[in-house]
Amino acid sequence: MIPLSWFLILSAILFIIGLFAVITRKNSIAILLGIELMLNAANINIITFWRYLYAPSGNLDGIILALMVFVVAAAETAVGLGLILSVYRRRKTVVADDLDTLKG
Amino acid sequence: MLSLNSLIWLIPLPPLVAFMLIVLLTNKRKGLSHWIALGGAGLSFLVSMIVFVKAITTRGLAESPLGSAINWLPAAEKWLKIGVVVDPLSAVVLFFVAWTELMIFIYSIGYHNYGQPAGKEDRAGLPPHGAEVREHGKTHKVPSIEPMYARFFAFISVFAFAMLLLVLSDNLLTLYIGWEIMGFCSYFLIGFWYGKDSARRAAVKAFITTRIGDVFMLLGIAALYTLTGTLNFREIFHNPETMSMLTNTLSPVFHLSWAGLIGVLLFMGTIGKSAQFPLHVWLPDAMEGPTPVSAMIHAATMVSAGVYLVLRTFPLLSAGWSPEGALTVPMTAMAVVGAFTALFAATIAVAQNDVKRVLAYSTISQLGYMIAALGIGAYTAAAFHLVTHAFFKALLFLGSGSIIHGMEHGVLHTGEHVDPQDMRNMGGLRTKMPVTFWTFVAGGLALSGFPLITAGFWSKDEILSGAFNGGHLAVFITLAVAALLTAFYTARQITLVFLGQPRTKAAEHASENKPVMTVPLSILAFFAIVIGWVGIPKAFPGLGHFSPAWFQTFVGLMLPETAAEEGHSPVPLLTSLVVALGGLALGWWVYRKFKDAHAKDPLEIGVKPVFKVLQNKYFVDEFYQKYIINPCLWFADKVVYQFLDKTVIDGALHGIAALGMKLGNLLRFGFDLPVVNGAGDGLAGGTRGLGGLLRKVQTGKVQQYMTIALASIVVIGLIILSFVISS
Repeated sequence: MIPLSWFLILSAILFIIGLFAVITRKNSIAILLGIELMLNAANINIITFWRYLYAPSGNLDGIILALMVFVVAAAETAVGLGLILSVYRRRKTVVADDLDTLKG
Repeated sequence: MLSLNSLIWLIPLPPLVAFMLIVLLTNKRKGLSHWIALGGAGLSFLVSMIVFVKAITTRGLAESPLGSAINWLPAAEKWLKIGVVVDPLSAVVLFFVAWTELMIFIYSIGYHNYGQPAGKEDRAGLPPHGAEVREHGKTHKVPSIEPMYARFFAFISVFAFAMLLLVLSDNLLTLYIGWEIMGFCSYFLIGFWYGKDSARRAAVKAFITTRIGDVFMLLGIAALYTLTGTLNFREIFHNPETMSMLTNTLSPVFHLSWAGLIGVLLFMGTIGKSAQFPLHVWLPDAMEGPTPVSAMIHAATMVSAGVYLVLRTFPLLSAGWSPEGALTVPMTAMAVVGAFTALFAATIAVAQNDVKRVLAYSTISQLGYMIAALGIGAYTAAAFHLVTHAFFKALLFLGSGSIIHGMEHGVLHTGEHVDPQDMRNMGGLRTKMPVTFWTFVAGGLALSGFPLITAGFWSKDEILSGAFNGGHLAVFITLAVAALLTAFYTARQITLVFLGQPRTKAAEHASENKPVMTVPLSILAFFAIVIGWVGIPKAFPGLGHFSPAWFQTFVGLMLPETAAEEGHSPVPLLTSLVVALGGLALGWWVYRKFKDAHAKDPLEIGVKPVFKVLQNKYFVDEFYQKYIINPCLWFADKVVYQFLDKTVIDGALHGIAALGMKLGNLLRFGFDLPVVNGAGDGLAGGTRGLGGLLRKVQTGKVQQYMTIALASIVVIGLIILSFVISS
């Protein structure tokens, strides 16, 4: 059986990639994509811990939590894409750095 | 039905009501104003006469006088009562006050030219200049109506109220109130023509001079109240305990008894009010007022009030005195001051040229007579002379007003610039103004004591015989010489004014006045003659047998014990005959040839230096100016104003102000600005600076936030981790 740490390493790599995308990409949509990656990295973690620590006792909490994360991710993407579309209609841009009207 | 006792209360009030009505309502209506004033005076005249008749027909009036009293002011447990009283003294005084006041009210209508047109150049505060009238195609000047006609009647009304209040008072307090209201009215009426500088000065002088006496009088009243607890005349004088206490207790001043001290203080009030030496200076200057004022205030009533006061308080002034014994201190003072004033003022009157000033000095002299008479204990004689003098002096003043008025008419008619009051400009007015002439002669003879027929003779003879029989020879001689001078200056005045030929054109065109002025003169002339007949002494040779000597008996009731009937020595009688006739003859003889208005006075040719001194009134005014008024002014200016006020008080105040400013500045620049303001500004500035600093972090770029958040988490994570590891 594959050791637990491999999954955790995979999850960490995926999270870092997502984070990197969020911090560095100019396109807002790409930032959204990065966020999706980070969410899925978290999901891998959740599933992994559930499978190794709680599944033998017949507990289904981990799966349900992962499903919740999917729902939240889907909702978040829907809202985020809607915002980006709306911004694009007004400003004709989706570059995150240009959207700095909240500058102090 | 009003009882008689409450009727007395109504005597002083009508003139007061008239005053208020005129001042508040009718001061624009001249005719209505004088009718109101006349109505007020007439009403109190009528009531006065009813009360007078009732008083003289009441038996035992002195023991149980008419009158009543009411509670007025609560003073501790007691009430201060005020009341009215009519006893023999106030009855006779009321009689002459009521008559002279009414006559003067009527006379004033004519004197102030009621019914004449208003002059174009007349201004309030100045005597009327006359108006131009076109008649039969010719323009000529006639006297014009007084611009402040209503105001005059208002003031003499309130004056009449005050005099009646004073006469009817049964206590010193209301007497003093009336006394002071009269002083105030005197001030206003002397300064009635306030546009004239001399009138203003005279008004202030009169007010301040009488005030000096009044202050002492008030002290006397206060002392009396403190000692006895009452100011009611009867309660003090008819209470043997109080009187003996006052007589026998020593006061802290000069070893005088309290009665003596209070007597002297009250007498000082009289010195001021009755213009006795040395406070006589105000009365001649008071002639600046309109002539009816001179007649009323400065001859018949207000100056009489001073004598009335000493008559009223005579039991106190003479406390401890018996007709044979030595005079008390206040009586001595009165005898000396009175006799001296009588002679002093008479000598000045000889050298005056202003028709009113002669009479003013004559008034001072005659008041001195009364004071001297009272000083030697001749109570009824003093009261008698007070009454007769009021009538004939009011008559003489009104007569002089009539002369001036007639002369002014002549001056306006001819346009000649002469002083209508200067006797040297007159002459020959006998035929021009016959009524004035005859009445003036009646008054003049009464003043000089023309024997048998005139009132002045009887009262003056009483005083002289009182002085002689009382053994006060010095007083007797002084008064006799004064009487001689009185007759002399009266003859001089009559001769200069009425006899001979007119010395100016104005005098030639002088004309007799209207009946509204001459009728009061005639009535007063009647009294100037006959009023003396009620007091012919029993001891007088011949006539005395037929005389009831009513006055002496009636007023004599005022004294606790009636003085013994004194033998009528022929010496004073002969003396008064000689001085009266001799003075009159001499005066006529000296001035009979005075022909030219600019000629020197015959006396001036005879005894020049003396005449100069007399003409300048012994330089008393100059003396006061130099040694009293100027030092006072100097003191007021240099010490009080410049030093005390400007330097000390202002200096202190400015010092305090400067200190306050300094302290304020110190706090402002030392504490307020740096600390309080600094803290506030610093807080605001710091917040602003910090905000400016922090806003740089707020870039609005989401990814930077994210990076910072990440970095923070990493740092915080590392810190926590280091703690976890180290523990």
